[in-house]
Amino acid sequence: MMNNAALTDLIIKMADDELIQGHRNSEWTGLGPVMEEDIAFSSMAQDKIGHAWALYRMLHEDLGGADPDSFAFLRPEKDFKSSHLVEMPNGEYDFSLMRHFLFDQAETIRYESLQDSSFEPLRLLSNKVKGELKYHTLHANAWIMQLSRAGEESYSRMQQALNDTIALAAGLFEPSPVYEDALIAEKVYPGETALYHRWLDRIYPVLVKASLNLPEAGAIVPVYGGRQGIHTPYLQPLLKEMSEVFNLDTEARW
Amino acid sequence: MSNDSLDPRVNRLKLGDAGEVVKVEEGENWNIYEVFHQEKRGAHHEHVGCVHAPDPQLALVFAKEQFARRKRCVNLWVVKSADILAFDVEDEDMFANNLEKTYRDASGFKVMEKINKFKQSK
Repeated sequence: MMNNAALTDLIIKMADDELIQGHRNSEWTGLGPVMEEDIAFSSMAQDKIGHAWALYRMLHEDLGGADPDSFAFLRPEKDFKSSHLVEMPNGEYDFSLMRHFLFDQAETIRYESLQDSSFEPLRLLSNKVKGELKYHTLHANAWIMQLSRAGEESYSRMQQALNDTIALAAGLFEPSPVYEDALIAEKVYPGETALYHRWLDRIYPVLVKASLNLPEAGAIVPVYGGRQGIHTPYLQPLLKEMSEVFNLDTEARW
Repeated sequence: MSNDSLDPRVNRLKLGDAGEVVKVEEGENWNIYEVFHQEKRGAHHEHVGCVHAPDPQLALVFAKEQFARRKRCVNLWVVKSADILAFDVEDEDMFANNLEKTYRDASGFKVMEKINKFKQSK
């Protein structure tokens, strides 16, 4: 018998990251640097919301959780398990792109590891999102490469964006003090520490090609807290805005 | 950017490959790429529109969301618009049908009359 509390904890973290990252990326809609990019970025934001929805449904249908809409929109801030990386305001496009690159590479690593999960719904979902994530990382890599090699100002902005996001992104892999061992033992996934190292191995060659300097792994101090319900001051206003319409009438049928 | 392809006339994007960086100078525009959409394997690639992009790789990245988001699609081509050769608009008259040359159209042969005549003669 699976440890449902441990599974629930893992899936909430993944889902909340997808939801908040998707919402942040959607804030670029209509403001993107060029029309083609605006469309691509908005479309990927929708994909993220789609992933969140699939995970919330999994909680609801397989683990006895609340229905996806009320779970996503009615929870108080402290019950969210999103990472600090996705909560940060968009800043300028360099920041948003670097976050998109680091987040989507991490997401890809995570779903790849779920291809062997002992929990079937996660295994099925990982197959379903594989193609989408391939596109997301292609898009992210292409931009990182272009902008890092497009002149001095562009390069220094990308390096700055990497410096600003790397510790936050490392915080995506905050292990659970309670459930980590059970999830690894039950072969749900290989655990946060293993994923963190796979992620570093995956982003490193891209950053090298882009001539960006990744700090020594030992010098990165991951920003933890989000998984425990301790959030940045930016999450609460985001949640308020995101759930504004839903809260007008929580019983409304759409 | 290209790799060994089943169809050696077409270059195929290697997903992990960075590609060449195209420097776009101040005041210069991005290039325009024409996009061709393939609905199923083996089908013709049909022209569906164009995208602005600094290089072919990003053109393909943009084209995917622009033109393959809703309709069924298995592949796309992008071709730099500047690489396309076309006739001058003024030379459209080359294509005008010469009414004097209807004898060149297969439909122009009036054989039914002869066939009917032949049949009646039997």
